[in-house]
This record gives sequence, structure tokens and C-alpha cells, in this order.
Amino acid sequence: MPLTTIDSAAKRGALAVQDYAQLSGRALGNLFRKPFYGADLAQQADIIGVGSLPIVVLTGFFLGGALAMQSASTLTQFGATAFTGQLVSFSMIKEIGPVVTALMVSGRNASGMASELGSMIVTEQIDAMRALGTDPLKKLVMPRVVATTVMLFFLTILADAVGILGGGLVAVFMLGQDGSQYFHTAYQSLQYPDIVQGLIKPLFFGFILATIGCFYGMRTRGGTQGVGRSTTQAVVVASVLIIATDFIIIRFMLDLFGR
Amino acid sequence: MTGGFQPTPEPQARPLQPVPPVAPSTQSEPVVVFEDVSIGFGREPLLEGLSFAVRQGETRILLGPAGVGKSVLLKLVNGLIRPDSGRIFVFGNEISAMREDDLFEIRGSIGTVFQEGALFDSLTVHDNVGYRLMEEHLPDDEITRRVTEALRFVELEHTLTKFPSELSGGMRRRVAIARAIVTNPKLILYDSPTAGLDPITSTTIIELVMKQRDVSHTTSLVVTHRLQDAFVLATHRFSRSKNTMEPLPPRQIDPHTSFLMLYQGRLIFDGTTAELVHSDDPLIRSYLS
Repeated sequence: MPLTTIDSAAKRGALAVQDYAQLSGRALGNLFRKPFYGADLAQQADIIGVGSLPIVVLTGFFLGGALAMQSASTLTQFGATAFTGQLVSFSMIKEIGPVVTALMVSGRNASGMASELGSMIVTEQIDAMRALGTDPLKKLVMPRVVATTVMLFFLTILADAVGILGGGLVAVFMLGQDGSQYFHTAYQSLQYPDIVQGLIKPLFFGFILATIGCFYGMRTRGGTQGVGRSTTQAVVVASVLIIATDFIIIRFMLDLFGR
Repeated sequence: MTGGFQPTPEPQARPLQPVPPVAPSTQSEPVVVFEDVSIGFGREPLLEGLSFAVRQGETRILLGPAGVGKSVLLKLVNGLIRPDSGRIFVFGNEISAMREDDLFEIRGSIGTVFQEGALFDSLTVHDNVGYRLMEEHLPDDEITRRVTEALRFVELEHTLTKFPSELSGGMRRRVAIARAIVTNPKLILYDSPTAGLDPITSTTIIELVMKQRDVSHTTSLVVTHRLQDAFVLATHRFSRSKNTMEPLPPRQIDPHTSFLMLYQGRLIFDGTTAELVHSDDPLIRSYLS
């Protein structure tokens, strides 16, 4: 590859990171600047939060059930099936709940944001909005970022709860375990750092998936084909960043709490 | 369409005479000033060294072949994009040096009609036209009254509850005009308002542009590559009594309508209708022929 190609690719990459940082910073800054688009925020919270309920509940339930079955089959070899509840709750709250919920919401909403904003870009609706005196970063980006960050937090808690419940139903009705023991170990094994880790992650993931969705939407070029490209890129980049951020948060939490 | 205009005059023809001014003087304060403005995308410059002014009450028609940068020039006027060099003044403010946040207030005094209308497809016609008024948190009754008034101007008051996708191309363009005029802007920018429309609908749109010019005397910059539309604007006036446009008396032209012409990124003409049709510049003559 010629040196100039590498050079220009690196410049484009650095510029994209700079643009993303600017968009994220302005989206957050707009939260504290007038006008405040409360109605748009509530509408996005409804679309993103309530709209994602079915997929989050179903995913959480079946993941919890699958986790219970897998854990029980392994724990049986060591005669430790009594710890199924602990394993399910531990995995759901610390890792699977936040990550899978974020990935599901990313697939649904980061793509939606990129395609919606991208379509508005290619049909000049964003230019029209600016020409009408409205800042699209305030009107369109800020509500999506704030709504996603807040709603993903609650969706993750719901997914954790439904996952543990799903695991419990599998443990009781399919594996013949004692329900009281399952929920007791599930609750007893959890410690403060586990809960903190499980609640901090969705805040980062929600911010990432919303800003990435909006970023790719707002830089769409090239008509309907460009909208499709932005949508794909948004989901791929958001998913990778969510998992990479998960890794960093785990490392940080291990250093901070030792677990 | 009335009065077929011949852009190339006969040799013996008497020169076109402007009708006596009835609206604000063309010597008044400039609303838009371009000073040596250049912009490029990639390595190639698109517009180079543009300098011109649009004065209060004037309608300036920007001609030029497709892809020459006419729409870019309009976006420069309302600060949607920034020039690489040169200065742009709108209402006396140097918008080329202003922060985006400060530009939003100025844009509130500018109405823009985009090439394809650029209506918000998820909002009804009422909400599209009343968008700016809703942003200003005016009372609902006031918004509905002004929206209906603006839609009546474009004769579409029956479409209040429709969505843009339920309208024809010409109707969407008329709604876009209603959205641009609902706040009584001091300057209106029309980006190829008749592009892609059939001749009858184009005439309706041009009539609306003329109505806004002759009834409200709003300063405007009209981008078009259709010579016929441009010369209809220059040779016709809107009659309030007949509620339609009518040709000016023979050999007369509208004194507030003048022309700019872009060619290969440069401004090759800046003058009146008479100067344009009598120009000896081979490029202009070839464009007009």
C-alpha cells in the first residue's frame, strides 16, 4: 500500500475520532443549554425504552434459562448444582445482562438512529432544520443520547431480573432444583461491587450506542445507499465498542474492588 | 404561461425600460454582501472570488448551468456552509466569521425554499409550516391562524392535516414556500423552486415567487437554471386585483429584478435584465440562446 494512502487513511481516521468527540461533547453540553427539548426527550425515551421492552424481556428470559441449563450440567460434575442460582445471578448482573441488553438495543436503536438521521441528511431535512434556526444536535441528538443512556440503565435492571427469573423457572421446572435454594444463593452471592459494576456498564453502553448511531447518521453521504452504509457501520462499530468498553470497565473494577 | 419572452433581441429592438419603482429603492442598504468569496470541495475550487450584493427589496436571479455551485452559494448565504476565503455579510453581520450558535438567530429572519422542498416527512403540513412558530412557543391558536394564512397564500389551506408523502411534487414545493414565508422573513432564498416540475406547476410556483416579491416586497435570491422562469419574473408583475400574474407593458421590465450568472465557478454577470439580454459576452449569449 502506498505511503500516501496510509497517510490519508490515518488522517481520515483521526478526523472521524475528532468529529465523534465533538458531537458527543456537544450532545452532553446541550443538556444544560436552552432550549431544552423535553418533549422530544420523553418521546425518545418512549421509543427507545418502552419500544425495546419486548426484545429485552424475551432475550433476558431465555438467556437466564440457557445459563441455568449450561451451569447445571457443568456443576453436576462437581456435585455443586446448588450453586446454579449464584452462577446465573452473578453472570447476568455483572456481564451478560448489561452486554447483551446493550447489543440488542444497539441492533434496534443505533441502526434506527443512523437510518433516521441519515435519511434526514440526504433529503436536506437537517439543512432545513438548521435553516429554520434549530440546532439539530440539540433537537435530535441530545434527546436520543440522554434517553438511551437513561433507558438502557433501567432496561438492563429489567433484563437482569427477568434473566434470573428465567433461570429460576428452568432450575425448578426442568432441572428439578429447589426454588427457594436457587433464589437464596442468587441473592446471597451478590456483593456491592457486583451491583455497582452491573449498573455502571449500561450508562457507558447507552451513551456509546446512541452517540455512535447519531454520529454515523449525521455524517451520511451518498443517498439511500449511504443511509444503508451508515446503518451497518453504526451497528458494527457500536457493538465492537460496547464489548471493548466492557473489557476496560472489568479491568478497572478489578483494580478498584478486587472482583 | 403568458408572454413568451425572447432572450435574444432583434437588432432594431428598442432597449428594455424599467417600470417606475413602486417598492423600496434599489439603492437602499444591502441585505447580502459577498466579498471575494471562494469555496472548494476536495482539491478543485467550486466558487472563486465571488463579489456581489443583494439590496433591500431586490429580487436577484442567479443563473447558471447545473452543477456550477448555485445551491452551494445559497447555503453560503444562510451560513449552512462556510467559505474557504472571503467575507459574507447578511443584515450587516459577517456570518462567515460567526459561531454556529449565533447563526441560528439570523437564520430566523431568512426563509429558505430547498430544491426538493426538504419538508419534515414525519410531520403534517400544519406542523411543517408552523415549525418555526412552534419552536418560538407561540400559542396554538396563533400558530394555526398564521399557518392557515401562509397556506392560503399558496392556495393549499385544505392540506393542513396531510403528510408530505400524500402531496404531489408541486404541492410539496408550495408547502415549502409557505414554511419559508410564515415568519415574514426579511430575506427569502429559493433554491431551484421549479426544478423537476411540469410547466404548469412551474408557472404556479413562479407566480408565488412573484406574488411574494410584489405584495410583500421581500428581498429574495432565486436560483434557477430555467431561463423561462427567470424572464417571466423579470417581465411580469403580480396583480392583486386579478389575483394572478400579468405581463408588464411592452418593452418594460421589473426594476427590482436583476441577474447574476455563474459559469465555471466565477460570476460572469451582475446586472439588470436589459444589460443581460444586450450583453456581448459570448458565454452569456451562448447560455441565453
